Amino acid sequence: MTRPVAQPFTEFRARDRVRALLDPGTFREILDPFARVESPHLALQGIVPQGDDGAVIGRGTIDGVSAVVVALDGAFQGGGIGEVSGAKLASSLEQAVNDNRNGTPTRAVILLETGGIRLQEANLGLLAISEIHSAIVELRSFGPVVGVVVGTVGCFGGMGIAAGLTSHLIMTRGGRLSLNGPEVIETEAGIEELDSSDRAGIWAMIGGAQRVAIGQAETLVDDDADAVAAAVRDVYRTAPATAVPARSTRIAAGRRLLAAVDPTGRPTPTDIRNLSTGGSL
Amino acid sequence: MSTASASPFGTAWFGALASSSTAVPGLPGSLRVGMIALDGGETAVLLAVVPDADARFPRARSGEVGLEEGYALAEVVTGIVAADAGTDSRRPIVTVIDVPGQAYGYVEELVGIHQSLAASTNAFATARLAGHPIVSLMVGNAISGAFLATGLQANRLVALDHDGIAVQVMSKQSSGRITRRSIAELDAVAEKFPATAYDGASFAKLGALHDLVHVESPAAPTAADVALVTTSVSLAVASVRSGSSDLRSRLSSPEARTVRASSVLVRQRVAEAWDI
Repeated sequence: MTRPVAQPFTEFRARDRVRALLDPGTFREILDPFARVESPHLALQGIVPQGDDGAVIGRGTIDGVSAVVVALDGAFQGGGIGEVSGAKLASSLEQAVNDNRNGTPTRAVILLETGGIRLQEANLGLLAISEIHSAIVELRSFGPVVGVVVGTVGCFGGMGIAAGLTSHLIMTRGGRLSLNGPEVIETEAGIEELDSSDRAGIWAMIGGAQRVAIGQAETLVDDDADAVAAAVRDVYRTAPATAVPARSTRIAAGRRLLAAVDPTGRPTPTDIRNLSTGGSL
Repeated sequence: MSTASASPFGTAWFGALASSSTAVPGLPGSLRVGMIALDGGETAVLLAVVPDADARFPRARSGEVGLEEGYALAEVVTGIVAADAGTDSRRPIVTVIDVPGQAYGYVEELVGIHQSLAASTNAFATARLAGHPIVSLMVGNAISGAFLATGLQANRLVALDHDGIAVQVMSKQSSGRITRRSIAELDAVAEKFPATAYDGASFAKLGALHDLVHVESPAAPTAADVALVTTSVSLAVASVRSGSSDLRSRLSSPEARTVRASSVLVRQRVAEAWDI
């Protein structure tokens, strides 16, 4: 395949994002839209389902090594995790665990473009996310599990926790990562707590540059398909032979940061950068 | 701040089940750590996140799982795994679940509450994979990210059956607002589709629940209630020891084969197509 030059990665839909991260010509989709394994729960609630349920599973290679790249389609129901889309992610990661356990190293990359649980599927999405979490933790013992958050939706809810479980997180400046999205905070806690219309303020707070600066993501990358693909390959090319403790195991550092924060004050993003000493936490 | 009054169930059941309870220096008061005597003489670690009116972070004072709670749970669970790692022992961990949600606030998101909840999620998953039987005892609220970070990595889920049980991803009011539906419309959907309901019996229909236990006095458990629940938890621990360390039992139940048929189908289809 040919790849457009310097094309913003965020302009790609999920399928093209997956293709762009695999070695050229190796992309093979599992459960493509024509398989029509779609949500059985949406029509009941007046929503037209989508043939791939907003999730793409791409098999192929990365630097010649067996790989699976999975992506959520932010344009369908905000990338929300339903039963089918959640099972597509979980089962792909479970298959990668099997491969690694059986002696076939398989790399796994997750493109996180999701508001979290799809509310119409509620507890089925919740259960699926717990299964995704479990698979990420298990897979991490075999090698890096890479997450990518570029936007435009961002990564929130239970999938924000999934991002927190990855070995290595790649973000753009436009990518946003948190647990509760700004609109949810404003709704639950009031506009005096957080004004979700303050776009610059939101990005300064939960955007990719900030997350990398405070050690909650590893790589800040330009919004460019080749740059994102190169960042993914770099993770594997530079991975040390012995596993580095994952972000989600750095408990003491997290607790030190909390101890330093004034919980009743209004710390700024810069305050948190200073307290977290630039990624060493 | 959403000001739901603190739920009584978590504190009551931790107190009723704990054979001993220790205040661990340096941990937030919202995290209770103790032991529970199981049937047959074994003791298990007992954990709960409970309301703490004096919590440092104001938005985590009503039992919410906040920044402190995620990291503190991670520390305790990781410590148990480390202590048992060189031995033949894999102590069971029983977590009493009554969590109204994650803490919602500016400071929480700025500091990265997702990473704190990832720490506890990771610790429970790691403990399970290391062979510790993990049982979650759902006694009240089990909401969304808070449930993911405290309870959903368990090998077995046991729930009480009473009117104070709420298992869901969001409050009914918020869900209605975001999906632009009335409460009546949501209730109508829940009757046909148990995944959107809040009660324990509906959650049981999804097949992930190991046992649903009816008790007489859920807010102030009687001796008979405690005995009944202890037996259920003990049986859950025993069933883990004869099973696998992953979460596949949730999909192999008769209920899951029906209600989560798509979850099973997707796994079959992905496995078939994995290698050409």
